[in-house]
Amino acid sequence: MPAHDVMPNMDLYQPVQVEDALAIADRLAERGWLVGGGQDTYGWLKDRAKSADALIDLSGIESLRGIRETANGIEIGALTTLTEVAESEIIHNSYSLLSQAAAVVASPQIRNIGTLGGNVSQDVRCWYYRRGLSCYRAGGNLCYADTPQGMNREHALFEQSRCVAAGASDTAPALVALDATMVIQNLDGTRTVSAEDFFVGPANDIESTTVLRPGDILTAVRIPNTWANATFYWEKVADRNVWDFSLVNVAAAFKVSGGTIQDSRIVAGAVQTTPRRLTNVEAAVRGQAKNAQTGESVKALAAEGARTLAHNGFKVPLLQNLVKRAISA
Amino acid sequence: MSTHIGKNFTPPCIEGKVTGEIKYAEDYKAEGMVYARLLTSPMPSGRVVNIDASEALRMDGVVGIFTADDLPPVAPPANPALASDYITYVGQPILAVAAISEEIAESALDRIRVDFERRPFVVDPLDSLSPGGPDAYPEGNALVRTQEEGPEGSPIVGAQIKSIKWPQSAIDALKAGREPVGGEFTDEWSFGDIEAGFAEAAAIIEEPFVTMGYPHHSLEARTCMAYWENGKCYFHGSSQSQSANNAGLARMLNIDLADLVFINEATGGGFGSKIGPYPYMAISGNFARVLNRPVQLRITREQEFYIGSARSGMQGWIKVGVKENGKVSAVDLVIVNDGGMTGGGSGNSSAQHVTVAYQPENMRFRHISVYTNTTPRGAQRGPGQNEMASVLAPMTDKLAEAINMDRVAFRKVNVLDSDGFQGGSQGPVTSAFVREALDQGARAFNWAERSALPKDKGGSIRRGVGVGLGYHGAGGRGYDGLLRIGTDGKLYIHSGVGNLGTYSYAATCRAAAEALQVPWERCEIVRGRSDRHLPHSSGQGGSNTIFTHTRTNWVAAQDAIQKLKEIAATDFGGSAEDYDIGNETVFNIADPSKSMSYGQAAQRAMELGGKFSGEEYPDDINPLTQLAVQGLAGTGLVGVAKDNLPGVGQPPGNVVGFMEIELDTDTGKVKVLDYAAVADCGTVVHPKNFDNAMRGGMVWGIGLTNYERHVYDPQNGLPANTGLYQCKPPTNQDVPIETYAGGVNIPDPQNPTGGRGIGEPTQGAAAAALASAIRDALGGHMFNTAPTTTDMIINHLAGNEISSGTGSLRTNTF
Repeated sequence: MPAHDVMPNMDLYQPVQVEDALAIADRLAERGWLVGGGQDTYGWLKDRAKSADALIDLSGIESLRGIRETANGIEIGALTTLTEVAESEIIHNSYSLLSQAAAVVASPQIRNIGTLGGNVSQDVRCWYYRRGLSCYRAGGNLCYADTPQGMNREHALFEQSRCVAAGASDTAPALVALDATMVIQNLDGTRTVSAEDFFVGPANDIESTTVLRPGDILTAVRIPNTWANATFYWEKVADRNVWDFSLVNVAAAFKVSGGTIQDSRIVAGAVQTTPRRLTNVEAAVRGQAKNAQTGESVKALAAEGARTLAHNGFKVPLLQNLVKRAISA
Repeated sequence: MSTHIGKNFTPPCIEGKVTGEIKYAEDYKAEGMVYARLLTSPMPSGRVVNIDASEALRMDGVVGIFTADDLPPVAPPANPALASDYITYVGQPILAVAAISEEIAESALDRIRVDFERRPFVVDPLDSLSPGGPDAYPEGNALVRTQEEGPEGSPIVGAQIKSIKWPQSAIDALKAGREPVGGEFTDEWSFGDIEAGFAEAAAIIEEPFVTMGYPHHSLEARTCMAYWENGKCYFHGSSQSQSANNAGLARMLNIDLADLVFINEATGGGFGSKIGPYPYMAISGNFARVLNRPVQLRITREQEFYIGSARSGMQGWIKVGVKENGKVSAVDLVIVNDGGMTGGGSGNSSAQHVTVAYQPENMRFRHISVYTNTTPRGAQRGPGQNEMASVLAPMTDKLAEAINMDRVAFRKVNVLDSDGFQGGSQGPVTSAFVREALDQGARAFNWAERSALPKDKGGSIRRGVGVGLGYHGAGGRGYDGLLRIGTDGKLYIHSGVGNLGTYSYAATCRAAAEALQVPWERCEIVRGRSDRHLPHSSGQGGSNTIFTHTRTNWVAAQDAIQKLKEIAATDFGGSAEDYDIGNETVFNIADPSKSMSYGQAAQRAMELGGKFSGEEYPDDINPLTQLAVQGLAGTGLVGVAKDNLPGVGQPPGNVVGFMEIELDTDTGKVKVLDYAAVADCGTVVHPKNFDNAMRGGMVWGIGLTNYERHVYDPQNGLPANTGLYQCKPPTNQDVPIETYAGGVNIPDPQNPTGGRGIGEPTQGAAAAALASAIRDALGGHMFNTAPTTTDMIINHLAGNEISSGTGSLRTNTF
């Protein structure tokens, strides 16, 4: 087993216009690999666990950067760094749920280079898959993690379908809670997909975690003002307070009137491949007081349908407790 | 009054480290250098059947491959530089390929075909000990002595690997927290009568425990670069030590000591993993000779996980009896070590920690270290002692509670003092003042008040306070000191101590400056490469350097002082006793006008020759020091001596730690609010670095108790967390920034400066204090694990059946 740590030989394209990037991406299709900050990419390539003929480096495309106010919300360029997202006054003022989530991704160094587009597009962190084993997600025909002796502490509780890997993004649940829209371009034009539909579980596509296909580039994320200045709750629990993936996270937005929850979007991360909207909890708290008693009474719903693996049983009470806290806070 | 000892100063390499100008092994390049990379094993156990490198060797830029066939054969359980007949873990090096660029070398690796034969494997010692369980080596799973062992600590001579199996009843008993009756051990010692001790006990506890090994993460991976010139090997290596490498490395290269130039200006951490020459050094040195070109073998971060050595794990059982007055009357201890592929379990050191913490009146220890198909194991900061400290602290608290005694008071009743003992042989110590440290720490932490505060802080937050003890032997004897006074009057202190980041190489040189009364700015430390004529020195492991090399530098200075006086007597008359030193001169006590400067004396030493200028030297100095003196001869006044200072006993390094935490019962997260630690390490020689050691040890102690562990999939022997981020050493966001570090500062009588070492127990004290605090926060719940991770705490609080830790006594698992 070679233990590599230098980049393999491959071509490098550095377009400065989206149109050029789209043309290259379309031409190369599966042979091309889009890279923004590279924090997911370089591990795959240096480890030789995945390969491509060419890198398409998007970091020179200025139009993909920045945060803009729009008529009904904001638009964030996909190449905007996580630090910029976390520190943006516009986001902080109205959509602080995303500020909080972006602020605790990985480490300051990674947030300085990592992008919002990359954070939501990143692959799962199952260590078997990352090791380059031929599992279902890698095109093989077995799962190493979903076995009685599998080392699956970080894996999924829900929507396991051959693959039991959990999603790794902290910003993804926040974007789903904010009802964001993803802007995707290819040579045929621009399409938008709701954040909830952008992420794809293994039952629908076992080799990809998003709807992005070869030739597609995620160019921006739009957040509508529907949930601006709602009552937000964000919490990430990881072993370490920095440079660690979530064991479980919860992103929630509540519309509260007179102490009563009118509406909410409650989303859990790291419990399945995609952000998990807890619609049963949302329904149960509608019209209820936003307090500890309600939180306690509905928390069990959060884990309804969970199937625990050998080592991830702790995620059930952890998820329940975070949901309780979201409603109690 | 001391002018150097106990004073802060700036070690000379600091500027280079801050500016980046200092060079590490990987920074050195040589003309014509080629780049070697390793191909490592994809499987946990097996053998190499065939290597086909023909395609790789045909690639442009590839200059050669190097395999186990190019090195002397190595029989198990020795850890080979390159494996062939015995592949024993995933990631084990099999061959190196060299090319004119790293990129070509890495591409070449992909074109080498290796055929393997698989063998059974095992990643948990208890699985291997079970009836019919797999063995890590074809010959067996444990090293068994075939002749009487020597004194404690002496190397194993005459031993072979055998297959040892326990009856299932013994395995089941251990897992259930009972004595594993019928289990076979390879080491055993006892003193007193434990049955009588238990009969006297007012309370007895009986607990299982499990600690997991985990890898080193020295920031500098063990890259080496070597080249040959005029029959000499110039070897740039990453090592904790300097002179301690030479003899072993010369043997690896099959050359005379005089033909090796070992260069090690600076090292980015070692912590026990780079004490002496490690097997992989043989690759770059010998490959360079075969190719007749400089070879750099760069080790990747992932490879450092594999080959960088790791702490061993333990699965064990302990029974402790305590009398009404708080005195521990009996201990019965069983440890099964996870020795990885090298079998290096540190159970005896774990048992030593128990003897220091309890000074039991009666004790029995039984031990077996079992090979597993996991990474090589070796020393890691307080190996044995520190992981034992972590699991023993909550048990100690439980004992104290059982007899209604305060936890600190209980420790004061039992702990080591100057008349006490350490280890199974009940050997003496040079001095020990742990009770004073406990008193000082309890005052600084305000233990009495804080331990009485309510546990419930509202909501899901629980308060916990804990106390812990760390111990490690901290000093050696019998090494050499060497210095030179130049005709410029400056003091050149030759040090064979490695620059591993502790700066003890510099602090220990201060002993010579102190003795010769030379201002520090008039001193120069000569070090970093062996052709600068460096003396035989200890390896920079085992917290020894402060004790060991303040002594060697002191005795070399005493030799120089005697020579200064003799030279003065030769020139001014009288005898050496008529003279004294001061202000960088040697002068007649009765008539101070008869004086000469150190520079003048050095000039006279060169003229007089013989012992004065190093043409002659003592018979008892090490061959390496002899070479160094020969190299220096005739260049000034040479002071050289072996440390023959009288004294017996182990110099102990003791630390006590006090910690307050908040534990969130919703999330299982532990937040360390405050930490106060007090060391008993004799005189603090270098306060700034003392502070750094106390702080760094705390960080790692928190890692030991709360985060770090090996994880292996038992189905395929694959390690789950080879990445630095996956191994989770604590970050600056996981530890308190403001902490208290104090010292008892009572001089050790067996060191001229009063100092002893302190590196390792700093970790054990913090690890123990945290484990104690977690138990306190959870109302006495015992995990008996290290680490105790977030998931274990949540599982406990939720009443989940715990799938890890003492729930199953499994190791190397989540």
